[in-house]
Amino acid sequence: MAPPTSPRADVAAEPARSGADDAAGLGRARAAAFVAPALVLVAVFLVFPALWTLYLGTTDYRLTGVAASEPRFVGTANYRDVLGDGDFHRSLWLTAQFVIGSAVLGQTLLGFAVAWVMRDRPGPVRRLVEGLVLLAWILPSSVIAFLWIALLDRDGGTLNALLGTPGTAWLLDHPMGCVIVFNVWHGTAFSMMLYGAALGNVPPSHLETAALAGASTLQTLRDVVYPRVRGHVLTSLLLVGLWTFNDFTPFLITAGGPDGRSEIMSVYVYRTALGDGRLGAGAAVSLIMILINLAIALVYLRALRARRAAPAGAS
Amino acid sequence: MNEAVRGALRRIGLATFVSAVLGFFSLPLLWLAFAPFDADPGVSASLPEFTLHNFRVLMDNPYALASLRNSVLLAGGTAALVVTCAALAAYALSRVRVPGRDALLYVLLLLSSIVTGTAAMVPVFLLAFDLHLIDSRLGVVLVLTGGLLPAAIFLLKDFTDATPPSYEEAARVFGASPLQVLRHVVVPVIRPGLATVGVWAVAQVWGDFLMPFLLLRDPDKAPASVVMYTFYTEGGQPDLALISTFSLLYSLPVVAMYLFVSRRYGFRFHGGIKR
Amino acid sequence: MAAITVRGLTKVYPGGVRALDALGLDVADGEFFALLGPSGCGKTTLLRTIAGLEAASGGTVAFDGGEVTRLPPGRRGVGMVFQDYALFPHMTVLDNIAYPLRVRRRPRADRHARAADAARLLGLAGLEARRPGELSGGQQQRVALARALVAEPRVFLLDEPLSNLDARLRLEARTRLKRLQRDLAITTVFVTHDQAEALALADRIAVMEAGRIRQLGTPEEVFRRPANVFAASFIGSTPMNLLAGTVRDGRVAVAGAELPVPDEARGRLGEGEEIVCGVRPEYLDYASEATEGAFPGIVSVVEHLGGSALVTLDGAGGAVHVVVGEGREPEPGAAGWAVPRPGRVLVYRDGELVTGGEEEETRMDTTGGRR
Repeated sequence: MAPPTSPRADVAAEPARSGADDAAGLGRARAAAFVAPALVLVAVFLVFPALWTLYLGTTDYRLTGVAASEPRFVGTANYRDVLGDGDFHRSLWLTAQFVIGSAVLGQTLLGFAVAWVMRDRPGPVRRLVEGLVLLAWILPSSVIAFLWIALLDRDGGTLNALLGTPGTAWLLDHPMGCVIVFNVWHGTAFSMMLYGAALGNVPPSHLETAALAGASTLQTLRDVVYPRVRGHVLTSLLLVGLWTFNDFTPFLITAGGPDGRSEIMSVYVYRTALGDGRLGAGAAVSLIMILINLAIALVYLRALRARRAAPAGAS
Repeated sequence: MNEAVRGALRRIGLATFVSAVLGFFSLPLLWLAFAPFDADPGVSASLPEFTLHNFRVLMDNPYALASLRNSVLLAGGTAALVVTCAALAAYALSRVRVPGRDALLYVLLLLSSIVTGTAAMVPVFLLAFDLHLIDSRLGVVLVLTGGLLPAAIFLLKDFTDATPPSYEEAARVFGASPLQVLRHVVVPVIRPGLATVGVWAVAQVWGDFLMPFLLLRDPDKAPASVVMYTFYTEGGQPDLALISTFSLLYSLPVVAMYLFVSRRYGFRFHGGIKR
Repeated sequence: MAAITVRGLTKVYPGGVRALDALGLDVADGEFFALLGPSGCGKTTLLRTIAGLEAASGGTVAFDGGEVTRLPPGRRGVGMVFQDYALFPHMTVLDNIAYPLRVRRRPRADRHARAADAARLLGLAGLEARRPGELSGGQQQRVALARALVAEPRVFLLDEPLSNLDARLRLEARTRLKRLQRDLAITTVFVTHDQAEALALADRIAVMEAGRIRQLGTPEEVFRRPANVFAASFIGSTPMNLLAGTVRDGRVAVAGAELPVPDEARGRLGEGEEIVCGVRPEYLDYASEATEGAFPGIVSVVEHLGGSALVTLDGAGGAVHVVVGEGREPEPGAAGWAVPRPGRVLVYRDGELVTGGEEEETRMDTTGGRR
């Protein structure tokens, strides 16, 4: 059969099918009704709380007492109090340690290392390692928190038994260190999977070229692998950083203690608002956290756009 | 000679690294594997004196099974609400052109990632208080649904966008009403997407601690994540037999779900199941 | 079964694209009708507007005189086959075919019996329990046909019904489709961008461009006497030779040849007028010696088409294509002449065929919307 001969076939573009506008014949009214429930829920339980924080942060709202029923407007007093609070400064510093130590350094480096070592390893060892790393990620946070409490227990903990250091109270002596190591353990899976996927996109011929040229592992990583995964590094760092900043699980292990020595921001806001009952001040901290989240998210979106705009080889 | 030494060192280095990783990740998990079957569990992981007695203790605890039921209610309720609302919204947004829909979706997604439960703890608590939703499972479900919906709509809209509209057009030509089109064609065709989002929502809620901890007061209503921290013996010590057994029981559904999802959909899903 | 009447049909998309421009059309009861044109010409929009999937911006569509312009697609009594078939992936073949009856709330036993009949009619017996994903392309196409026919529609609409099949299957499916349409005698409109498909299947063809019908006629008419340069260049597996020429001394000077003015154009051409001469390669004979009234040139390319060969002659007025019979192919580089057969040369002025009164009427017909 002769091929279709249509000299002008490719001249005019097909106009956009308006069928895609309303294929099921829903109509505007029904479409609006479909979208409405979701929008209402999001507006009430997501958008409104975010905006309400602006107002709450300027009141002396308390959990109990007179200020609970009739909160007064106090202007910027809460923000001045919080920003001048030594506990807040300490919490900010601990949060920085937590995010940089566990997310940026720990999870990313360990995740990449595991992905790199396991990249062409076949069979049971790889499945075992990946399975365990994943298990640490998917188990409910309450469960893993207790696993670590048991591991680090002063009297009968597995760690002390293993190291022959009975009586070492890890959670009291090094609370922040424990929480950081715990979070590395908990969150490495995401980086491992992400970099594993990215490494899978490095053409084997590139690695073979490097091997033929006699490049060392470090040289191979620098010259062949890094350019291919570079695009993922920044975006995944920001994403993991955002999650870690908002993680409440350390509360389950140390509850911020002892003496606030592991009181990261998420625990600080809980203690201020619900522990001490100072809801107005807690709202001020909430707003600060939302703003930090917003900043990270905006940088993330910008990095994502830069990655999309970059030539294919760089992503 | 030199090469051989370097090769051997390299292999030893790799083996050491792999063993260290294995040790690091398995050590905390050992306790979960052994303690539930240990007749006298301590906090250290040790080979158990095998028993199933601990499960009997679990059955007898009034809060343990009730809390698992609560977890099912919260997770199931939230997943049902999220899937229903997100599917309706995603479908309408995918098929009917609304000006600014993409911008709207992006803003919602951005909001859901910055207005987290932790950051918005205070306003969410007060909102639930003013709406008389404190100590109500419905309150927890609604708050969690609000947070999960933007991502769910996004996921499902991707799914519907990838489905050719000719399915719906064919059904219409043969006389189906818009609701029949939905029931006969759209829902079955995007069912894998609905299942994905449902499983994702269940996993999110099942492991969540903060919202039920914040919004529920009555221990009868607390889900498993919260109740675990109330298991103490009469002596004020953590009841290890109960906690370990309960942890295992509480973890199994998550692991089963994860296995199911990765069997079914592969690692395509990796960003989704948690967080 | 029904006749289709389209009057003044206009479709303007948001953004101002005018896909249909005051289009008029009559399709007779039981006719097999093709909408042919390049992509973007509005043929699919016309089909979808007849189906009711697109709302017309103006004008009317009527079946057997009853207007259906505002009726939803499901209440027009149309059966449609989509280009991608749109078979529901979660239903079996039988459930797919029975779907139109399910929507009409026929009892299950009844609709399954009728779906099984339709399946048998289309050679699908034995495949009823399969899913569409387990069928070959040709089988899928037949399921789509069966589903469109099972509810006995008044009008049968096909959107590029053969374009998703590979070349060999397509020929088979084409024959089957023509036989099916003849047996059922159902009014059928189909859209295609493939002129060979339109010529092979249709009783009548509408050649469309830019939302209008440029020519309407039987396959013979459209092939032999394209009403304009657009139709001339669109129809035919080997494109028509279109050669620029001038009227001089009552003859047509074109591509190094002098031809008599065709009978139908006699008296309609002024001295010195610029015209375009159209003659199909099939209607030219190759001669290896100089011939009166033939286009001279040097043989540059010889393409074998199987039973014949397409010879390209490079001449004064550009390339001329000639179809040469088996065993008579010239060598490249040879001098050759292309001799038009009597009565096969057409003359176009300003893109339109210069012709006598009889054809004027046909042209009016194509723009029925303006009547």
